[in-house]
Amino acid sequence: MNYLEHTGKYFMMLGQVFKKPQRPRVFREALFKDIEELGLKSLGIIMFISFFIGGVIALQTALNLDDPLIPDTLIGFAAKRSIILEFAPTFCSIILAGKVGSYITSSIGTMRVTEQIDALEVMGINSINYLVLPKIIATVFFYPFLICLGMILGIFGGWLAGVMSGLFAGTDYIIGIQSDFQPFLLVYAMIKTLVFAFLISTVPSYHGYYVKGGSLAVGKASTQAVVWTTVLIVIANYFLTQMLLT
Amino acid sequence: MIEVKDLYKGFLDVEVLKGISTTFHPGQTSLIIGQSGSGKTVFLKSLIGLHVPESGIISFNGRINTAFTTEAKREWRQEIGMVFQGSALFDSQTVEENVMFPLKMFTRKSEKEMLDRVNFVLDRVNLSDSNKKFPAELSGGMQKRVAIARAIVMNPKYLFCDEPNSGLDPQTSIVIDNLIQEITKEYKITTVINTHDMNSVMEIGEKIVFLENGIKAWEGSSNEIFKTDNEAIVDFVYSSNLFKKVRETYLSETK
Repeated sequence: MNYLEHTGKYFMMLGQVFKKPQRPRVFREALFKDIEELGLKSLGIIMFISFFIGGVIALQTALNLDDPLIPDTLIGFAAKRSIILEFAPTFCSIILAGKVGSYITSSIGTMRVTEQIDALEVMGINSINYLVLPKIIATVFFYPFLICLGMILGIFGGWLAGVMSGLFAGTDYIIGIQSDFQPFLLVYAMIKTLVFAFLISTVPSYHGYYVKGGSLAVGKASTQAVVWTTVLIVIANYFLTQMLLT
Repeated sequence: MIEVKDLYKGFLDVEVLKGISTTFHPGQTSLIIGQSGSGKTVFLKSLIGLHVPESGIISFNGRINTAFTTEAKREWRQEIGMVFQGSALFDSQTVEENVMFPLKMFTRKSEKEMLDRVNFVLDRVNLSDSNKKFPAELSGGMQKRVAIARAIVMNPKYLFCDEPNSGLDPQTSIVIDNLIQEITKEYKITTVINTHDMNSVMEIGEKIVFLENGIKAWEGSSNEIFKTDNEAIVDFVYSSNLFKKVRETYLSETK
């Protein structure tokens, strides 16, 4: 199947997704379950990675700024900018594409190959809407919180790394992160997060929903889903940056 | 009653069903048999609307399913119960939640009313003590019984089963066969079963449709199957020595 056909099929799937849920009570249950599976269960990995990567960014910046004419406050400023602009929204989304994307594809794909999706269809349920819409809403609403947490922990990790290593003073770092604050950069990060969250929930759902074959096919579809979600996040990141910051 | 007239269905260049016509009656257990690749599953999936036929008519009590509006199709789907080959139970839900699922989706019953109905059908399939278990904790036969309970929980008019005995031992197969037949009689359901199990053919086959290369090669009851001269079905049904001897004994006794 060529790329154009996949693209068409993906958008046709989205056409089925955005319909009114057949039973709000069942939809609510599925939504809370997906918030737990896709959001809450990703908290640990995002907190852990954000904290340490924030520390590494601050250390690398400090180690590479050895000119005495450059103030140490620049370390906090550079760390804050890197974390808010790129690390938290983009890098964390790529991590989530791997973790959550493979989960979505394998869970929906297994339902496909074990005829559970056929069972839903026979019952008269719009299976795409039932399976995919709660995942989109769960990720689109929850990931901004997750990314904000990533930002906070990343910046905190940078401060702690500096204080513990003695490479720069904590007060300089705090002055750095407070200087030249531009609220639009947060808006930019949140817009990116929403787009990436949408991709993280829909691209793996597409790969899982249309899988054909058995367990091997589900495994291959999971890999493909992670690769394509990552590729699309990187491409979307480029175009969003071009559109919003230039 | 389900009437099928001149049904054609193919995939790409391969014609799978080539003009099948037959009728399935309420309160009767009808079996579709045939070799692997003869078109049984495609036929069953066409009946339940998972495949759209290229031509031909499938009507349910006079209502043609390809001409349904979206609303009519939704209502018709609620009249259907389906037992899939692999049971197709939702892995992440308990037995109780699996059986309750259609009720939650399509009725406005209270939690207690739904639970009462779930307990009733689970009791009917002799699974009253497994409500809180997950499908992975059940044996193949128990999973099939849960699938039957889920299929009948909405009081369907039509019950379809895709190889309900596959992967089951002979004793459990008989239990499942008898259960399906009892339910068919009790609720006057039109039941259509896809099967390879010759024991089911002999035990519960009130009507048998034999498919060969997408064509209806023979139709009749389990009694008629003993007397038929149709070579294709005789070769298929009596391929084992045991069934050959059963047939010879039957024919010699009825001479």
